Amino acid sequence: MQEIAAKFKEITPKERVKIPRQPMPQQHPDKRVKNFDEVPLGYTVEQAITEANRCIQCKKPSCIDGCPVHINIPEFIEFIAKGNFQRAIESMKKYNMLPAICGRVCPQEEQCEATCVLKHRSEPVAIGRLERFIADWERDHGKIALPSLAPPSGKKVAVVGSGPAGLTVATDLRRSGHEVTMFEAFHAPGGVLFYGIPGFRLPKRIVWAEVKILQKMGVELKLSHVVGKLGTVDSLLEEYGAVFIGTGAGLPYFMGIPGENLTGIYSANEFLTRNNLMRAFEFPTYDTPIVDVGRVAVIGGGNVTMDSARTALRLGAEKVYNIYRRSRVEMPARDEEIERAEEEGVIFKLLHNPVRYSGDENGRVKEMECIRMELGEPDESGRRRPVPIKGSEFTIDVDTVVVAIGNSPNPLIPRTTPDIKVGSHGNIEADTETGKTSKKGVFAAGDIVLGAATVILAMGHARNAASGINEYLQTGKW
Amino acid sequence: MPQNNEILENMRIAPEVNRYRIYAPDIANVRRAGQFVIIRIDDHGERIPLTIADADPDRGELILIVQEVGKTTAHLATLKAGDQLKDIIGPLGSPTHINNFGTVVIVGGGIGIAPCYPIAKAMKKAGNHIVTILGARTKDLLIMEDEMRKTSDEVNICTDDGSYGAKGLVTDLLKNYIEEQGNPDLCVAIGPVIMMKFVVETLRPYQIPVIVSLNPIMIDGTGMCGGCRVEVGGETKFVCVDGPEFDGYAVNFDLLMRRLTLYRKQEHEAYELFKRSHRCQIEAEL
Ligand SMILES: Cc1cc2nc3c(=O)[nH]c(=O)nc-3n(C[C@H](O)[C@H](O)[C@H](O)COP(=O)(O)OP(=O)(O)OC[C@H]3O[C@@H](n4cnc5c(N)ncnc54)[C@H](O)[C@@H]3O)c2cc1C
Ligand code: FES
Repeated sequence: MQEIAAKFKEITPKERVKIPRQPMPQQHPDKRVKNFDEVPLGYTVEQAITEANRCIQCKKPSCIDGCPVHINIPEFIEFIAKGNFQRAIESMKKYNMLPAICGRVCPQEEQCEATCVLKHRSEPVAIGRLERFIADWERDHGKIALPSLAPPSGKKVAVVGSGPAGLTVATDLRRSGHEVTMFEAFHAPGGVLFYGIPGFRLPKRIVWAEVKILQKMGVELKLSHVVGKLGTVDSLLEEYGAVFIGTGAGLPYFMGIPGENLTGIYSANEFLTRNNLMRAFEFPTYDTPIVDVGRVAVIGGGNVTMDSARTALRLGAEKVYNIYRRSRVEMPARDEEIERAEEEGVIFKLLHNPVRYSGDENGRVKEMECIRMELGEPDESGRRRPVPIKGSEFTIDVDTVVVAIGNSPNPLIPRTTPDIKVGSHGNIEADTETGKTSKKGVFAAGDIVLGAATVILAMGHARNAASGINEYLQTGKW
Repeated sequence: MPQNNEILENMRIAPEVNRYRIYAPDIANVRRAGQFVIIRIDDHGERIPLTIADADPDRGELILIVQEVGKTTAHLATLKAGDQLKDIIGPLGSPTHINNFGTVVIVGGGIGIAPCYPIAKAMKKAGNHIVTILGARTKDLLIMEDEMRKTSDEVNICTDDGSYGAKGLVTDLLKNYIEEQGNPDLCVAIGPVIMMKFVVETLRPYQIPVIVSLNPIMIDGTGMCGGCRVEVGGETKFVCVDGPEFDGYAVNFDLLMRRLTLYRKQEHEAYELFKRSHRCQIEAEL
């Protein structure tokens, strides 16, 4: 890699900005719809060093402001450019402990890459792809070093939920020398990273690798343990100095329209969990089944929607429609994911909304009635409100429907912890700077506080919560 | 010391029905009548809900009564004392609302007698007069008669074929009871969906309050998938967190029955595959 890096030694700034953004090698659409393997294959060493050399090392880097956890982006990229991958990953890990995950799932186009100055001239530096590259390099070369731990503090912390928020808090607090026990309701750790995001976007071995490190550091993981059912936050407080809640946004919304309980209509959570966690796509090797999907309609416009649509294709769907009530620009899904879904053959029916379903004699959905929509005045989210066009109803034949219109915070902990303050959407109220909730000794961050948000925001706020917990354990002050 | 999730005993108590004694001290300690667990046998296993039929907190034991209806339950039946389940998650669901209501009629059908038992026990302890009506297809399939007798003040039994007790259905016995003894204060009915539906219809003219316990397909059991959803009083409810017990008059039983059949084809395929490979295994061992 030094030789490759040397090629760029004499490069002038002018030449530098002329280097084209390196494309991501990926599985061909025809091939990838038949497997659950990861779609983007990752940069080669040469591509990574070339891409890193596109960075002009701004004096006042605006990319850092675009990153919710303020990674020193020019620094790690400069190390890659010089072929010094070890220093690059060390720099990265000062800010972000899960780069292999963030490099794959962060919406960089709205964050760091949106504020990259090159964006105005040509295309931004592919910061996310470089992040992924450096993390994969570390893992694939067996270079992952256990972070050093502070001497034992004698304090114990319970972390509830093992999603990005829980993983982050557990790592930080363990590094500070506390004893950490992480409780997870499911039989596998990782939260949405495991049960929600499909393997073709985030291979499960990457999540496992991160969890293994945590365990090697001495974090105790208690799987299949539902806090609120097996003990409560209050009972944890008797044993632990502090409790962190990172239980996510696990409650699926349905639209409440006629026929929604027909069989063959799934929440995205169920559809994805059956496949990602239970591996229904390998039935009968794995015991959990999934229906023969046939013609599929996926409702919604976010990442979850794209994940469901693309999963349906891989299950052998005849056709997959994406029904979304607004237009493409309002779609919250990442552009990259929408493009991939399109390449794979998802049929977009934008400005459409389902109004009712009807079923066959066995109660299986067979038809959905949709209505066309148009965009009216902006609503409270700032996006133009979709309004139905009277009389524009029509029907589509479907065998399977996946409702992916969002999730609300998991109510199990609030219900069993009456003195914890919750907001109007059922989210736990917590200070984003310290993670403090209304209950002494109890902290929270991630989707349980923000509602369905992003991995990086969950991690960023979880880091703040870890500092908050550290301070509380030291001072006892609330 | 047994391991967590270890099977201590697996006993056949009726054709295709086994009683498992399992070491799960944390759950045994906090579970209450009406609650269930979700189990997974091994890394390839599915997650299935099973009602806790009894528990002994002092010994850290759970009792599960399971009928062989498909691959997972058939696999479970082949396990022996000393084997360990991969996961037991619980206790899940809301506990039964226990109170001194007065006279409580408990109607249990088939394997549904198992979940009736902890409820009968708790209701009895709360001071209720317990009238139990048990039904099974035939004498051999009647389970837990002794246990139910111990916690009941009165027991009436029927079988479809008349091989034991009265010949007929639980609804016949229920109707007789009401006509002779008057309205009880509460009825609890657990059994096949069709039985629960007809128990509710039998009670409707008398407007006797009735609680039923539902058994839809589940995955997580914590409210995050909606796979277990049913309609109660025209509203969608998630059985794993809002139930499993509901007001019988409000439940849409037909919908529940349809939802239970969704994977029939796949379940059949997996069951056949298991039976075939299990037979081969036994033959090889012989
Ligand atoms: C399909 C899908 C695709 C997504 N794609 C992206 C993407 O591309 N980019 C992005 O940035 N974000 C994406 N998101 C959002 C992102 O995954 C979440 O914002 C993030 O995972 C939130 O992290 P968390 O730790 O707060 O919660 P979660 O990841 O939800 O983890 C919470 C964990 O807590 C456990 N838990 C809940 N209750 C209890 C309890 N009582 N006791 C014990 N454990 C409990 C849950 O089982 C779960 O494992 C996606 C989400 C989904 C569903
Ligand atoms: S089993 Fe998933 S919500 Fe009830």
